[in-house]
Amino acid sequence: MARVVVDVMLKPEILDPQGQAVQRALPRLGFDGISDVRQGKRFELEVDGPVDEAALARVRELAESFLANTVIEDFAVKVEEVTEAAE
Amino acid sequence: MTARIGVVTFPGSLDDRDTRRAIRLAGAEPVALWHKDRDLHQVDAVVLPGGFSYGDYLRAGAISRFSPVMESVIEQAKAGLPVLGICNGFQVLTEAHLLPGAMLGNDHLHFICRDQKLRVENTDTAWTGDYTAGQEIHIPLKNMDGRYVADAHTLEKLEAEGRVVFRYLGLNPNGSLNDIAGITNEAGNVVGLMPHPEHAVESLIGTGRTDGLPFFTSILKKLVNA
Amino acid sequence: MSRTPLDTVEHAAGTPDVELPWAELGLKKDEYERVVEILGRRPTGAELAMYSVMWSEHCSYKSSKVHLRQFGEKAPQSDALLVGIGENAGVVDVGQGYAVTFKVESHNHPSYVEPYQGAATGVGGIVRDIIAMGARPVAVVDPLRFGAADHPDTKRVLPGVVAGIGGYGNCLGLPNIGGEVVFDACYQGNPLVNAGAIGVMRHEDIHLAKASGAGNKVILYGARTGGDGIGGASILASETFDDAKPSKRPAVQVGDPFQEKLLIECTLEAFAEKLVVGIQDLGAAGLSCATSELASNGSGGMRVTLDDVPLRDSTLSPEEILMSESQERMCAVVEPEKVDRFLEICAKWDVIATVIGEVTDGDRLEIFWHGGKIVDVDPRTVAHDGPVYERPYARPDWQDALQADDANKLPRPETAEELREQVLKLVGSPNQASKKWITSQYDHFVQGNTVLAQPEDSGMIRVDEESGLGVAIATDGNGRFAKLDPYTGAQLALAEAYRNVATTGAKPLAVSDCLNFGSPEDPAVMWQFAEAVRGLADGCLQLGTPVTGGNVSLYNQTGEAAIHPTPVVAVLGVIDDVARRTPVAFQEDGHLLYLLGDTREEFGGSAWSQVVHDHLGGLPPKVDLERERLLGEILISASRDGMIDSAHDLSDGGLVQAVVESALLGGKGARLVVPDGLDAFTFLLSESAGRALVAVPRSEELRFNDMCGARGLPATRVGVVDGDAVEVQGEFTLPLAELREAHENTIPALLA
Repeated sequence: MARVVVDVMLKPEILDPQGQAVQRALPRLGFDGISDVRQGKRFELEVDGPVDEAALARVRELAESFLANTVIEDFAVKVEEVTEAAE
Repeated sequence: MTARIGVVTFPGSLDDRDTRRAIRLAGAEPVALWHKDRDLHQVDAVVLPGGFSYGDYLRAGAISRFSPVMESVIEQAKAGLPVLGICNGFQVLTEAHLLPGAMLGNDHLHFICRDQKLRVENTDTAWTGDYTAGQEIHIPLKNMDGRYVADAHTLEKLEAEGRVVFRYLGLNPNGSLNDIAGITNEAGNVVGLMPHPEHAVESLIGTGRTDGLPFFTSILKKLVNA
Repeated sequence: MSRTPLDTVEHAAGTPDVELPWAELGLKKDEYERVVEILGRRPTGAELAMYSVMWSEHCSYKSSKVHLRQFGEKAPQSDALLVGIGENAGVVDVGQGYAVTFKVESHNHPSYVEPYQGAATGVGGIVRDIIAMGARPVAVVDPLRFGAADHPDTKRVLPGVVAGIGGYGNCLGLPNIGGEVVFDACYQGNPLVNAGAIGVMRHEDIHLAKASGAGNKVILYGARTGGDGIGGASILASETFDDAKPSKRPAVQVGDPFQEKLLIECTLEAFAEKLVVGIQDLGAAGLSCATSELASNGSGGMRVTLDDVPLRDSTLSPEEILMSESQERMCAVVEPEKVDRFLEICAKWDVIATVIGEVTDGDRLEIFWHGGKIVDVDPRTVAHDGPVYERPYARPDWQDALQADDANKLPRPETAEELREQVLKLVGSPNQASKKWITSQYDHFVQGNTVLAQPEDSGMIRVDEESGLGVAIATDGNGRFAKLDPYTGAQLALAEAYRNVATTGAKPLAVSDCLNFGSPEDPAVMWQFAEAVRGLADGCLQLGTPVTGGNVSLYNQTGEAAIHPTPVVAVLGVIDDVARRTPVAFQEDGHLLYLLGDTREEFGGSAWSQVVHDHLGGLPPKVDLERERLLGEILISASRDGMIDSAHDLSDGGLVQAVVESALLGGKGARLVVPDGLDAFTFLLSESAGRALVAVPRSEELRFNDMCGARGLPATRVGVVDGDAVEVQGEFTLPLAELREAHENTIPALLA
């Protein structure tokens, strides 16, 4: 079994009030030097079978049509080694 | 002679019963439609009501858009079936790409419930014939994700083609671009808006105004006269 | 992880010397010994889990029970009461075949630890109580109390609580129509998050929590069971905590309003098809509570196979499954031939439903795990025979000094200018200021039946579209008054809620309460509690409004410092036709303002004494419940017969606060004249009870005066609706714009 991770982020030009709220809180908490925060979503998909090009293509398709709204969001797909022992 | 207007219930729809009531008060026949049922039961128009379909998890409207009933709604809307999306229904319509743009969280990050002043910008749609152009109305607004966004090109096109149907007046309650409260598609049969006309149909209830009733009388007249 | 061997009943009987962690689970030594005595052996781990949560303060009311009995003993004769104390919620007949159920509960401690989820699951819990009676929930109300408005922790807790209430209630499609927001330093670290809900049903649809009929199936439906809030009931709610340690966070449950919305719809559909014999929601103490309550209230016993409970976390032990407080779950008892249809309805709504057991003809609650019997108890001993404490109580030695510190002797404004400044300060103070920033985060409109919502005196919901039948609800509580005199304070809370319902034109019918107090182990607190309960029970008897149910929240204290005793009272009323309701807002220029009732020099516990002098002392205003009843009757008659077109109850902040609110809501000013026999200060700021301000159209003045005169209610003409300022003749003028700025900017400035 392999894990495919889909990261969904608001497009850079779209206002992200949640990210801004986090950023505004940072100096108050003593974390300086962070000029911008943007909040996104991370999806972890446990894929049965091998993660080959065909499987990745399917994941990209579902990310584009469902997980992300490409009117406002970008997405990135990556394969992650599942290391149970380390967790 | 009356018209049959369907109201879809998704899991998490909240204003479906209220919308059916508004349709009834306008003199049309409300028909309950179920999200798992592709069959639209020969309705003459469809309303996608407000609520938090599927908990608004993922994105507001994103999961509903893939329900069986929406396959038929999308197909028939493209063929001219009048469709009105209210609040969550508007979100579903943008997710389904029946209307351009998208809806994001309010810029102030809070749910907001208020009696919202609007200007009617377009009375040529299937749902706004009973208003007069430029009319100022008050309709309750209540949402978490009401910030309308679209790219510059889309906005320009919407404005140039007069497809902004309603604009917020007095106060932009959520950071929507160009104060947009509602829009229509090119054909004018599909309309989406954030405020809730079904909550402004009785003088005793809610804010006590009936500024929302013309939505439902507009469509009824159009269907009956068609 | 599996423990060997499984601690079955048989194993427990054979290993009497095994030490169980009863103290860690919150049981006292004598309580544990009582369990052993009941069972005739040591309990199994699973049995101990059940007894410990069910015998916690939160579930068993062990400290409060001896006092709460008065609500039954002193209950007034009332034809309206269909279901009284003891069920999930009381049920009241409102006529035309309709019944209304309502209840207020606390979610105080969880909301301090995790404001958003604590408040959200508070709403979820009270709503499930309503569904469990067979009713469709139609509205929620939220009486809230926080620490000082400008305290940093209030800025953490309040926005989270408000967002949680909104996030959950809005998503359920329930209009939020009332409640209160009060700030006082005494609630610092102990915010009070009370949540109330109302449901409507037909008489024949009333359902009760009982398992009857051997062979009937027990169905668990809703969310899967996870490790949420394990021991939450006993640990979080029963023992005070000095600071919120991060380690306690997992003890708070996370709510899923979407799941709850599906639960509402599928439960109501099952009710409509008459598929349900008995039903119980899963709240505090989860399955332990649901199974023992259902079994003990029915005629038979119950057998449950715990292996069949759908789990979110497969590593949970049977004890944990029994104690889990995972939200959005319910338990129904269904006749075997109706099980398929019940499961079908659940499937339609995508709700997981599983048969986990059945009703037996014995009288034991037996629970199995991996084939072994891990619970074998008389369910009554778990659910109803918990410990009962006669906690010592004593009037605190500081009470006399507090009452002697007379607020009527505080320095009063000496000039008209000073009076004007104090009035402006008062209406802009956090407690008196507009709460719109908060209430605009709640949906008032959903369901399309909201006739009145906050800031009206009571929330009002239309029940029947044809006839216009409606119900009204108001919640009130004044911890400052109750601190000065708990007996009177509780009656003042009752009187105010009663008055608020009547002001809108509805007839008060019944009461629910949420009694928020400090530690019962402190005799002073226990005295406050005993006095408040006595006051409330006496008051309800006199007003003819029975207490239908409620909730007690104790241990609201940090260290030695307890909160003000805070009995919150909800009064439910009925109105034959909501078209006759009376709003707060001034409607038309020229209408005459009448002050109903008597105004005395009463400033003890008043808003003025708090805002201007930061003072709490003296005696609270006197209560005259016969006067309250008469005032209520007049307000209801005047509404029904169209003699008044706005009305506002007078409470904290006195007359001037009421005038300012009515003026700002209506966008119309008022000219006031100080009546003979009163000075301007007392006229404007006294908080004498039993009063209301009404606006009477000139055409109705004669008729209205005749009615008040004939019934013996003092009615004094004090001014007229007019202009765009509040003007007190010979004293000062406050333009509406200036008042609006003071009244509406305070809360956003503090919290936004």
